[in-house]
Amino acid sequence: MKIFTCIKYVPDTSEAEVKLNPEGTAVDSSRFSFDINDADNYAVEESVQIKEKHGGSVTVVSIGPKQSEVMIRMALAKGCDNAIRIEDERIAAYDPIMVARVLAGAIKGQEFDLVLTGCMASDYGNAVTGVALAELLGVPHAAYVKKVEILDGKVKAHRELEGGLMEVVELTLPAVLTIQTGINEPRYAPIRGIREAQKKELKVVNLDDLGIAAGEVDANASHIVLEKLYIPEVESKAEIIEGDPDEKAEKLATILVKGGLV
Amino acid sequence: MGNVLLLAEHRQGELRDITFEMLALAPSIAGALGGEVTALLIGSGVDKMAETIASYGVKVLVVDDPLFADYNSDKYQKVLSALIDDLKPSLVMLGQTAQGVDLAPALAVEKNLPFVADIVGLEVEDGVLKATRQLYSGKVNARIAFKPADTCLVTVREAAFEAPEPAGQGAVEKIESPLKEDLDYRKFVEYIEAEVGDVDITQSEILVGIGRGLKEDKNLPIAEELAQVMKADLCGSRAACDAGWLPPDRQVGTSGKTVKPKLYLCMGISGAFQHVAGIKGAKTIVAINKDPNAPIFAVAHYAIIDDLFKVVPKLTEKLKELKG
Repeated sequence: MKIFTCIKYVPDTSEAEVKLNPEGTAVDSSRFSFDINDADNYAVEESVQIKEKHGGSVTVVSIGPKQSEVMIRMALAKGCDNAIRIEDERIAAYDPIMVARVLAGAIKGQEFDLVLTGCMASDYGNAVTGVALAELLGVPHAAYVKKVEILDGKVKAHRELEGGLMEVVELTLPAVLTIQTGINEPRYAPIRGIREAQKKELKVVNLDDLGIAAGEVDANASHIVLEKLYIPEVESKAEIIEGDPDEKAEKLATILVKGGLV
Repeated sequence: MGNVLLLAEHRQGELRDITFEMLALAPSIAGALGGEVTALLIGSGVDKMAETIASYGVKVLVVDDPLFADYNSDKYQKVLSALIDDLKPSLVMLGQTAQGVDLAPALAVEKNLPFVADIVGLEVEDGVLKATRQLYSGKVNARIAFKPADTCLVTVREAAFEAPEPAGQGAVEKIESPLKEDLDYRKFVEYIEAEVGDVDITQSEILVGIGRGLKEDKNLPIAEELAQVMKADLCGSRAACDAGWLPPDRQVGTSGKTVKPKLYLCMGISGAFQHVAGIKGAKTIVAINKDPNAPIFAVAHYAIIDDLFKVVPKLTEKLKELKG
């Protein structure tokens, strides 16, 4: 199995207040910690498990800044074999189709059996890149995959539908799978792996190196225009319980008991 | 020109809600573009579903063929691709569902369509289509304009629009399948139903919900002790179940269960729309979260903006006292 696994370096905004830059064109990410996108972390684990079971190699592909190499090295430490980091300011990163074109450019022409991506990135949340990538590579795909079984020349993928229902599909290889969170238990990188990761190949390339014309993946090439970002107002009708933590707890307990809610 | 083509979604013999939600949005767009709405229904033996959609006053185009007895994104893509060439709709609309996500991006690439996924709003401004979508789990909104094109594509977020009441009677037209034979590179195998667990949270009267904010499984007792004193069952967000803190059948949201307790108290849940869609039936919602802008507060009745690790143990203690 020759596997390419695409990962993204994203800010952790789950518990943080998000602010925009003064122009309203980008999120002020200076205050966030960054790490691998959640679903991509599961994709890395799945690719390493497939390699361990069926042999082969895993190449990590990521579009991101120099700082993201910490994340890439971590994937290498977990058992991926080598990596390509693509950095180029000309890419219209807000358009997942343009991102897919860049990833396709990095993979096309090389031999592969599987491409794994996370099913959705936690920052933009499009859930588009992986399936678009499959179409660009001209291979079958399955999205929201929660179980993978490699067969002879084929892959059986369990797709997670609404309400926990699974749709099982069979695809011929090569294929692209977009991996849903919860498919496996992502491992921690072993100490030895972390040492070895430093010696593994991490190629840094730009569009020119990949032979991709900027005019195919930049803002001009994109069919959409990001006009503006804004913070939506949370229209809360909630009664906000004030005080220090103890007072808040006490007030809420009283509301729940007096209101006959518990 | 100006026509909107929406793809009706159905599974295991039933039309899915997103079909009707798109029928809420499509007429205004078609109106602004000077066109009409057509719903495309693909399947096998779907006469009844076609009638149901037609009762919303839109034209229904039906591809009824044994080839479509089971859902297959690639087969659907072939049909949509042929119909886009034939009908030249100004806008094609799919759901941002497990089905749409598996189909729309490939269609966008194949037909080179301007495409915005997971929209929560859509307008026509000076003849230009503009979509609104959410980033960072609903903490930021983006307004995105489509560059001029013969056909644009959107996928519509589930539960973002309220389904209209049936009104009028549209025509049903059957057309021959543009796809003539089965595909060999993707086959439907089977559906597997979700496993049933020890507690059916869809029947719970009181639920305590946990999310990513609980941080690690060693903190689980904080929620368990509260649940015990409240006589509540525990449930969780996708993050909590993925992390293995709770079994999958305790997951609340679009890919888990839809619950309707009389009281839902959640901690460390930011309130991504996938989760919120699963708790709409809760009578009273109490949310505890550090982030004042967490989307969960938009649906909460009582809000505590604070560190759950400081508030929840105290709440448990206080409830014990009050309940004796």
